[in-house]
Amino acid sequence: MASRGVFYVVTLALFIAGLLLIIYQHLTFQIPVFPGKKSEVWTVEAKIEFEPSANTAATIDFAIPAIQPNFTQLKQNTSSLGYGTSYIQKQGANYIQWTKRNPIGLQTLYYRADFLYDANANNSSMTVPEIEESVEGEPYATAMDEINDAAYSKSSNPYSYAVQVINEINKKSETTSLLLSKYTKSDLVVKILNRASIPARVVTVLELEDGRRNRSLKNMVAVFDNTSYELYDTTTGNSGINSNQLIWTNHGSSLLDVQGGTNARVSFSILKNSVATSEAGMLLASVEKASGSDIVSLSIDSLPIEEQSVFKTILLLPIGVLIVVFLRIIIGIKTSGTFMPVLISMAFLQTSLVVGLIGFISIVCIGLIVRSWLSYLNLLLIARISAVIITVIAIIGCISVLTYKIGLTEGIKVTFFPMIILSWTIERMSILWEEEGYKEVLVQGGGSLFVAVCAYLAMNSLIIQHITFNFLGLQLIILSLVLIMGNYTGFRLSELKRFKPLAVQIKENLNGDNTEIEAKTLNQKIKDLKNNPQATLKKWQEEQNQNNAKNGKEDK
Amino acid sequence: MSVLNFLSNLKNRYANPWQLQSFGIMGMNQRNVNFISRFNQRKLFPLVDNKLKTKKIAIEHKVKTPNLIGVVENQQDVKNIISILKGSKAFCIKPSRGSGGKGILVITHAEHEHFIKGSGQVMSTHDVQRHLSNILAGLFSLGGKPDIALIEDLIHFDHVFDGYSYEGVPDTRVIVFEGFPVMSMMRLSTQASDGKANLHQGAVGVGICIRTGRAVRAVQHNEPVKYHPDTEKDLATLKVPHWTEVLTLASSCYNMSGLGYIGTDIVLDERFGPMLLELNARPGLAIQTANNAGLLPRLKLILALPNRHSMSISQKVQFSMQHFGVFNS
Repeated sequence: MASRGVFYVVTLALFIAGLLLIIYQHLTFQIPVFPGKKSEVWTVEAKIEFEPSANTAATIDFAIPAIQPNFTQLKQNTSSLGYGTSYIQKQGANYIQWTKRNPIGLQTLYYRADFLYDANANNSSMTVPEIEESVEGEPYATAMDEINDAAYSKSSNPYSYAVQVINEINKKSETTSLLLSKYTKSDLVVKILNRASIPARVVTVLELEDGRRNRSLKNMVAVFDNTSYELYDTTTGNSGINSNQLIWTNHGSSLLDVQGGTNARVSFSILKNSVATSEAGMLLASVEKASGSDIVSLSIDSLPIEEQSVFKTILLLPIGVLIVVFLRIIIGIKTSGTFMPVLISMAFLQTSLVVGLIGFISIVCIGLIVRSWLSYLNLLLIARISAVIITVIAIIGCISVLTYKIGLTEGIKVTFFPMIILSWTIERMSILWEEEGYKEVLVQGGGSLFVAVCAYLAMNSLIIQHITFNFLGLQLIILSLVLIMGNYTGFRLSELKRFKPLAVQIKENLNGDNTEIEAKTLNQKIKDLKNNPQATLKKWQEEQNQNNAKNGKEDK
Repeated sequence: MSVLNFLSNLKNRYANPWQLQSFGIMGMNQRNVNFISRFNQRKLFPLVDNKLKTKKIAIEHKVKTPNLIGVVENQQDVKNIISILKGSKAFCIKPSRGSGGKGILVITHAEHEHFIKGSGQVMSTHDVQRHLSNILAGLFSLGGKPDIALIEDLIHFDHVFDGYSYEGVPDTRVIVFEGFPVMSMMRLSTQASDGKANLHQGAVGVGICIRTGRAVRAVQHNEPVKYHPDTEKDLATLKVPHWTEVLTLASSCYNMSGLGYIGTDIVLDERFGPMLLELNARPGLAIQTANNAGLLPRLKLILALPNRHSMSISQKVQFSMQHFGVFNS
């Protein structure tokens, strides 16, 4: 019995280890336990067009998006025929540089990047700008001071100051129209703020809207209070950035520099993808890995894609097995072949349920008919099984061809059925038919199908697929559950039905002649024996001797 | 309301598991985990799954079994069947690893290459040889494994059982736990069971009182019956003769096989008395329904016995007769 204790410790250890693994993965990689949540991934494509100058080499520098809160760049790539590309740094900002010796005709270059909307991202590449010395001529200097004076008296800190400046500019007055004739609105705001010794900078922002094309960047003003900053919309005076606004340049340098070309223009197109958060987590993990932080992800996504898909199916098997164990041990459903239902349900995963069921039932039925003819021939077992296998292949071939000809492409999927397993199923059911009659065939065949459908429904569930793919710890938990069920000595559900008449009979008759249920009498005896073994055994021996003496007399 | 209906319906169709437990009824999981895998060593299973091996150890331990006339192990033997039979007039051919009475051929009279089956049908030597070939090919064995055929003397059934069985062999199943006969039943074939003594095919199971050998009650298809469905004989009048001998024979199978929890199938021959037909290392649970009692209290009583390993066969049989049973005489 000591082994029982070890068994429970091992089972518990497995369970806890599995649980800890899941919690670790959940916390470290933020893989959600349920797949319901979707994350947004924005794909932004910048299209740069220009006309090259004749006989000159072209160099195009294009600013690439800044690191910013709320967005994590997942990947970037370029598409530009015949151009050399390199990622460079210029005045502390990141650029992509395209170079070509002798471009001819209208040139089009593409830059594409994927951004994950990630509320947890809070890095920023924004730097505090230096305040430019204002060397403004009159009458502009006076006009700016006028606005500054008005804003200063109505504000308390750099941010409210900025709001007041924007408000003043938006008021239609002679001063503002004079200033706006020289500067764009955002430049003007920056200039006025700089005059008041408040650091500020123009940043460009892309509004993210799904499916938009030919978009351009919008200017906003970043106002700094020490190292923190706030973004302001210069037309409305609203502060803050929306969740759908992506900062493209935050360094005040140019967006696009074209050498050896003219009429350059940039346009953006935007596409939104919703991906499962788990997938986003994987993408994040791969970004982290690429950036060198090599943490063990303990997930199958560290494998090559092809192996991953194989593994995904394999990792589902324990779920099916768990269901078979449960339905057989706890419920007591009869199946033909222990794990045949799991293999069938794996085939269902490929074929979809309805096609799978129709395919399975028709193959087995035709197989049984052929098999019943084979049993007339009195063949040896191996030859018979082989004949059934070939028949099954022929049936599958016929179904595929027929359904394809009719136009049901779904039919071709019957080839996913495991043929050897099907053949053995047919063989077993046929023997069962001969020995126990068709009823037992229906019971076991129906049981197998029921278990297969249950296993299919479980394995096909998005939640379960999500959990098995992402949490390897689940396998340990399943193992511990299977072990625990292997130790279950209680009744099966089917036995409760089976023993119902017995229970009724025992209650009514108290087993035949006796006035007390036998279990009660015997349990009393066991108690006596445990409390006082010597005396009880002696008493029983005496009883036996008396009986023997009595019987002896009767015999005489 | 429909929920209440559903619940009461459930209560009528399913037994209360705690009540079953208090009656000491043993379930399949309980049997497999706590008895078969604990008391039956895996390596001993072939002794009972292979009838030839069972027979050999039975002869070694002087346990009475039907006399073995010969063994057919290969196709060469099939050709020489006539010489193997050594002129036996009545015999029985069975596959060594068959189950559920499959592939058993009963020849009641053999003369000049004519073999008369139990049903009266006449077979030629060629027919018998083909049956033997089928046995060797594994047609009747579990999983279709190649098999061998045993040829045994035909059992002359005791006439006390006349009318209790429709065709087929009335045999007595005794569950033996560490040498103690624990529970017993007779299996009577019916027309529904096609002459086979298989309870779930419709054979009648008659619970037998361990103390007296008298019928306790009878069930068919899990439901109580009073009369044999085909012969209409009152089943309550059934009493197995040589009862102590039957139990002693069953009990001795423990020492012989080393298996702690077995079902022993015993037949009564009118000349030789009780004989062991075969052993079963995974005896079924229907015996509880036939006896109207659970196995567990009996098994637990035996487990509680401190001196059970030092008891002799007759002591064990006496102990069982004293404690397990319904009738006193």
